[in-house]
Amino acid sequence: MAKVEKVKTPKPQELSQIDFKPPTTDWMDTPTVIKPGNFCWGGKEKDLLTLGLPNPRQWSPADEDWKLPEGWESTILEGMAERLAKYRSFKIFMDICVRCGACADKCHFYIATGDPKNMPVLRAELIRSVYKKYFTTSGKFLGKLAGARELNEDVLKEWWSYFFQCTECRRCSVFCPYGIDQAEVTIIGRELLNLVGLNIDWISGPAANCYMKGNHLGLEPHAITGNIETMCDDIEDITGIRVNPTFNRKGAEILFITPSGDLLGEPGIQTCMGYLMLFHELGLDYTWSTYASEGGNFGFFTSNDMAKRLNYKIYAEAKRLGVKWILGGECGHMWRVLSQYMDTWHGPADFLEVPKSPITGTVFENASSTKMIHISEFTADLIKHKKLNLDPSRNDHLKVTYHDSCNPSRGMGLLDEPREVIKAVCNNFYEMPESTIREKTFCCGSGSGLNASENMEQRMRGGFPRANAVKYVKEKHGVNMLANICAVDRAALPALMDYWNPGVGVTGVTELVANALVMKGEKERTTNLRFEDLPGKGGDE
Amino acid sequence: MDKSLKGLLKEKKATILSRWFGAIMESYPIDITGFFQKQEDMFANPVGHAFKLGLESIFEALIEEKDLSEGLPLLDDIIKVRAVQDFTPAKALSFIFILKKMVREELEKEIRQDQISDELLSFESKIDDLALFAFNIYVKCREQINQLKVDELKRMTFTLLKKANLMYEIPMEEVKPSDQETSI
Amino acid sequence: MKVLFSLLAVIVLILVAIMGAYTTSLHYTFGIIIPYLALTLFVGGFIYRVVKWGRSPVPFRIPTTIGQQKSLPWIKQNKIENPTSTLGVIVRMALEILFFRSLFRNTKTELSQGPKGPILAYGSAKWLWLGSLFFHWSFLIILIRHLRYFLDPIPFSIQILESIDGILQIGLPAVYLTDAFFLIAVTYLFLRRIFIPQLKYISLAADFFPLFLIMSIASTGVLMRYFYKVDLVAVKQLAIGLATFQPVLPSGIGAMFFVHIFLVSSLFAYFPLSKLMHMGGIFMSPTRNMISNNRMVRHINPWNQEVKYHTYEQYEDEYRDKMKKAGIPVEKE
Repeated sequence: MAKVEKVKTPKPQELSQIDFKPPTTDWMDTPTVIKPGNFCWGGKEKDLLTLGLPNPRQWSPADEDWKLPEGWESTILEGMAERLAKYRSFKIFMDICVRCGACADKCHFYIATGDPKNMPVLRAELIRSVYKKYFTTSGKFLGKLAGARELNEDVLKEWWSYFFQCTECRRCSVFCPYGIDQAEVTIIGRELLNLVGLNIDWISGPAANCYMKGNHLGLEPHAITGNIETMCDDIEDITGIRVNPTFNRKGAEILFITPSGDLLGEPGIQTCMGYLMLFHELGLDYTWSTYASEGGNFGFFTSNDMAKRLNYKIYAEAKRLGVKWILGGECGHMWRVLSQYMDTWHGPADFLEVPKSPITGTVFENASSTKMIHISEFTADLIKHKKLNLDPSRNDHLKVTYHDSCNPSRGMGLLDEPREVIKAVCNNFYEMPESTIREKTFCCGSGSGLNASENMEQRMRGGFPRANAVKYVKEKHGVNMLANICAVDRAALPALMDYWNPGVGVTGVTELVANALVMKGEKERTTNLRFEDLPGKGGDE
Repeated sequence: MDKSLKGLLKEKKATILSRWFGAIMESYPIDITGFFQKQEDMFANPVGHAFKLGLESIFEALIEEKDLSEGLPLLDDIIKVRAVQDFTPAKALSFIFILKKMVREELEKEIRQDQISDELLSFESKIDDLALFAFNIYVKCREQINQLKVDELKRMTFTLLKKANLMYEIPMEEVKPSDQETSI
Repeated sequence: MKVLFSLLAVIVLILVAIMGAYTTSLHYTFGIIIPYLALTLFVGGFIYRVVKWGRSPVPFRIPTTIGQQKSLPWIKQNKIENPTSTLGVIVRMALEILFFRSLFRNTKTELSQGPKGPILAYGSAKWLWLGSLFFHWSFLIILIRHLRYFLDPIPFSIQILESIDGILQIGLPAVYLTDAFFLIAVTYLFLRRIFIPQLKYISLAADFFPLFLIMSIASTGVLMRYFYKVDLVAVKQLAIGLATFQPVLPSGIGAMFFVHIFLVSSLFAYFPLSKLMHMGGIFMSPTRNMISNNRMVRHINPWNQEVKYHTYEQYEDEYRDKMKKAGIPVEKE
């Protein structure tokens, strides 16, 4: 029943006729329509080949024929059986949902579309119905009465449509009385889809880049150093100070890893300039790596195995370079992977030491096993110990609010550290309403690999609840800057703000830090890191 | 003319607004569960919220014969929502014309008695004006969606353009979003 | 349709029960064999399901963190919603299981007009929480009260419980509060599935059936207590017989009892096949029952999958020239 909508010119009388009758069909009988603007392009043949993923071919979700491999039904069902045996989470989440509806209106995609299949409970039911049919007694005998249905191509297309309309943000899981986590269901749903070659280009492309070249953007080693050189030039223009980062340097104390989104494109690069300035000012003995040049992990949106393959580089490179510990930049899902998966995959990291700030002497016992800490933890500690000379008035033209990224909040619990940092470097900070921040934060609508451009409308919808909360503080307090600690946010939120709240900018927290940071021997700054005049210090005045 | 249309509309404002809202909600057949209508929380239901707030201010602007631009910020909000919700342009903007139907149905008796026809005609032509405004906004929104893609690409390739000295050739002011905002 | 089917199924069960109740020759089957059978299915099925869950490992430690993590000493950790100790997890689980913490989280915000402009107020949407809490707690207390039929002498604690439950002292025998709460709560849980459109849309026959079944059990229980009285001495005789595996069938118990016990047996037998297993599952949900100490203690995945990597050597081989040109140190010149 899944069908692709063809663009046809309606007759004039059709135009004026508006269908007021809502269909009353049961969700199982409601076909999934695959419409332009609402989906991402399919994964490319070459990328699937690079990654060794099944069924590489050129295909388009807009076509009727998705070129599924022979016997795909049994591939999917065997895949389900395997995952039921491997993941207690999957098995339990399939079995115990009582459909109480507590999660229903918690999903940003549901809130913006009203499409019932975007209710987390129904999104899970898409796969649960198939589970019931093939793996439970009641489903086998009672069929539809028990909520069971056959697996067929329409069902598969429906899965594809809705599992790539979930950003794995875990907001529903917070409200579920049994902790059923739709992110976990989506992760496994996407794994199953990948078994028959159904990924999206925006995920498999970056994953392939990351596998071969070390980062999602596919920056080769000289491009990485080149880009950072350019940033250093800019820093010199702004501050008069030359920072000299090193790359792949053996024997450094710290390996620094950040999402490659920070190396290219605004406002990521300003966040990156922030890291460079902060580390220079501290005299930190650290190195970048061109091999482990990606903190994020688009493999995580493909399959567990793929996530593991991409994540390998971090510990491997730390070991090769002989560093003592690892410092991680601002990124969302990167930190879910680092805090809940990396050590299990590639630990124990016994070749590293428990992170200890060389500036304050603070030992980060909370990372005693992974040996990797978050830049916000690191900076908050510096600020607490008054190790930074800060002039928050340089950020006085900003009225800042803070967007908690889904993964650091619900997959880690990093809530107060960035706030401590922001409050120390900005004089005007305003929180959004309580039901939209911290562990209840609304997703940017573009997470989990959905920040492509072909699905822009979908992204604008998915991000609407977040934008709506920003609008509230914009109107109430005049907020004009949305701070965050996530590279996908920095890539996706500018478009979201331009559309819903024009005039609200987007910034990484470390950019705010660097703007407020008074560096030793710097010249008087007249602009911020974006080359915008600082208030009261503008060159033209 | 013994009864003023304005008075009548004011009298029936609540009914007309709620029917108007209801009719718009019916353009969301997918919202089979009536979420947009029922959830009152402005943060949990931003779509319904935008409509409720917007329709009222538009209606006010129409009956108070205000300059239509005063109702526009909220019209803007509504159309922004409609523009990304998977509607054809006709369907996205049909909600404005529905108002005519609602008003005519509510004032059926008065119309039959031919008490308000002139005024009604002028009121309806204001709705037409509103529709034209709405059309402008809608087109702007759709253009903006394409522009967002372009801007995003620009931001992504910022470093490269700069390195190739391409960025400096374009004065920064020209690419600032403020230029796009001025026209409605 | 879904509702009707479920209702019909329960009506059929009731009819079967009535048939059994009024056919003296079937009393042994309905009073002894079926309850034993149902109990066996319940215990066996429950254990089977739990063991089956237990057989699937927990490869990753994936707690949903719903509060501040443990990090710097001066940042206050939320020790319950982001627990790093066993005690924290125990408290977290206890709050979930005993007080339905997550359902309680349902907040809603409301904007109202104040004298100085709009005011944002946080209200709460706690009806579901309240309804479920009353439902489950009443159910539990009623179950415990029923122990009076299986134990002789009746433990003091149960007598206390009964007297508290009947504290209103209305009617004779005294009306139990839990009976009233239970019937109200189960009706609420049913009505919300009918009247809240989202819930109506997601509800399956499997959601209505247990509700009807439970309603009918509660109703027959109430009927038996107040209207169609049964011989309680005989009931206790039967119950103790069942409990001590020396079943006896006293005569003249009363028909309503057989209907009641048959419906209870149906529920027990149905339990392991259904979503009612959430009773066991809630204890095993990995997003709630795990210590959130991933970064402090390594979690072991028993099947840690072998995968292919792209090593540094392969990377350097491919980019050595470019790296050298860019002044990046390499392993092999």
